[in-house]
Amino acid sequence: MSWTRENRWRAALVLAGVIFTLAAPGMLELFTIINLSTAIALAILALSLGLIWGYGGILCFGQTAFFGIGAYAYTIAAVNFGGSSWAVLVAILAAAVFAAVLGYFMFYGRVSDVYMAVITLTVTLILYSLLRRTSGPEYKIGDALLGGFNGVTSPPLNLPWAPYMPLFPEHVFYVGMAVLIIGYIICAWLIQTHFGRVAVAIRENELRAELIGYDTRFYKLAMFTIGGAIAGAGGIIFANGVGRVTPDIFNLYNSALAIIWVIVGGRGTLAGPVMGAFALFYLTSWLGTQGVVNNNLVLGLTLIIFVLAVPRGILPTFISWWDGARSRRAMQRRELKVRRKRGRRSSELREAADEK
Amino acid sequence: MKSEIVVETRNLSMHFGGVKAVDRVNFNLRENELRCLIGPNGAGKSTFFKCLTGQLSPTSGDVVIRDFNGTGRLPHQIARLGVGIKTQVPNVFDGLSVSENIWLAARRWHGAARARSLTSQTVERLKLGDIRTDPVGQLAHGQRQWVELGMVVAAEPWLVLLDEPAAGMTHDEIERTVEIIREINQQATMIVVEHDMQFIRMISSKVTVFHEGRILIEDSMDVVTADPRVREVYLGNSAS
Repeated sequence: MSWTRENRWRAALVLAGVIFTLAAPGMLELFTIINLSTAIALAILALSLGLIWGYGGILCFGQTAFFGIGAYAYTIAAVNFGGSSWAVLVAILAAAVFAAVLGYFMFYGRVSDVYMAVITLTVTLILYSLLRRTSGPEYKIGDALLGGFNGVTSPPLNLPWAPYMPLFPEHVFYVGMAVLIIGYIICAWLIQTHFGRVAVAIRENELRAELIGYDTRFYKLAMFTIGGAIAGAGGIIFANGVGRVTPDIFNLYNSALAIIWVIVGGRGTLAGPVMGAFALFYLTSWLGTQGVVNNNLVLGLTLIIFVLAVPRGILPTFISWWDGARSRRAMQRRELKVRRKRGRRSSELREAADEK
Repeated sequence: MKSEIVVETRNLSMHFGGVKAVDRVNFNLRENELRCLIGPNGAGKSTFFKCLTGQLSPTSGDVVIRDFNGTGRLPHQIARLGVGIKTQVPNVFDGLSVSENIWLAARRWHGAARARSLTSQTVERLKLGDIRTDPVGQLAHGQRQWVELGMVVAAEPWLVLLDEPAAGMTHDEIERTVEIIREINQQATMIVVEHDMQFIRMISSKVTVFHEGRILIEDSMDVVTADPRVREVYLGNSAS
């Protein structure tokens, strides 16, 4: 990976994330830290959608499906295994496999973009209705009662292969930040590999990618599966942050929210969607405490404003503004230099004239 | 001795509902040949082209490329045989730079180092050096066509299929394109679909004339233009 300008920015961002991770627990209240864990989980979900939509060009309206499957699989496995070590692996695998199977039918079946959005959304909503109906005692997987719309209580993460050492909420924050930062680094690396560059090329023009010999179905499927795995990892953090998983994780509100994060933060960047998720998470929870306006109304308005006024999202708009400002400054400096030189020359001429 | 046949279609047909866009076409192409496909609008040459490149799956008949039966294969499977394809409407990666576009084609077949050198070679060969880092979406139409040709060349194909490579170009640009095509033809067998007679005269190759989904005549440009049937097809169409 070369140290391009983008990568210097990314490294700075990672550094800022690490510093924040180390400093935050000492500075913030425990309640804030616990709340942050949930926001981090959502940020990981945003990152995964930012990858597959922003770079892979796959508009997945149901990225929460993999997030929710990760959360449910983690919880069910942790209840059954009596520890979280294997549950973490099971959760990520479950989300990835589900994405791979769904993706196989969509990409190899050559479903067009619009229908793909519809299918992914529908699958998510099917999971929602399905899990809401699991309230009886007969709906259980091993020892885990699915509990209908009350959901299941998630056992906390523990130290690897030490179920008797559960993590405290502030530790979940550390784990969450670690997953977010590592996930970010993986995504940033991935988009610069040959694989990632082909994925971007497919986003730009699928036919051309095929004509130069790439099997676009495979690339899209791989991208989609990786996105599913990352979303699943986010689901684990979510289950830990909230302490419970409910079918609401699959509802329409959440799947729309993920899309809004990416639009607000900026499609075609990785940090943008993460920022979008944090910003909207705190905006909605702040609005919730005010109790003045309806949350959904504000979210809808935000979406409309962004689509109309800032269609590229916060981060890309900021970057081009920054670049513009920098080149303007450079231009001003150059002009100043020229003017000074000219001034010097005219004063020299005047002196020469005076001497005569 | 004649060289080996590398592209062959046997009774190739493509029907859209009741319309026979390509109707039982038997077509042969020999190694190192440069063949132009011409014909008035709607003659079926573009449909024929799409059947060759896997963009359409023919209704019946076969496409054989060397020993490989390419009938109904997908474009990437055709490309994998070492076939370079340029479509009628420029298909390029608009948001990516010129060199990234060409690198993607080169990297498909070569390792990282070789792909890099092939990319810079191709950029130089097509005289795209000044606009190397520009996004292709911002380029002029003619330049976009060349970028697409560059992607074809960078893959070092042995068979090159071009659909209207000179469409929408100025006279100077057409001359440059003819030069590029001659250059490509030194290493590769080629099929060029075109309806600009001037352009084909400049390439001066063997010509296959399509009309109503069939091959009307197959000969040198001079013979073809002198043929009364060809005149009637072209003039008849433009007169109506």
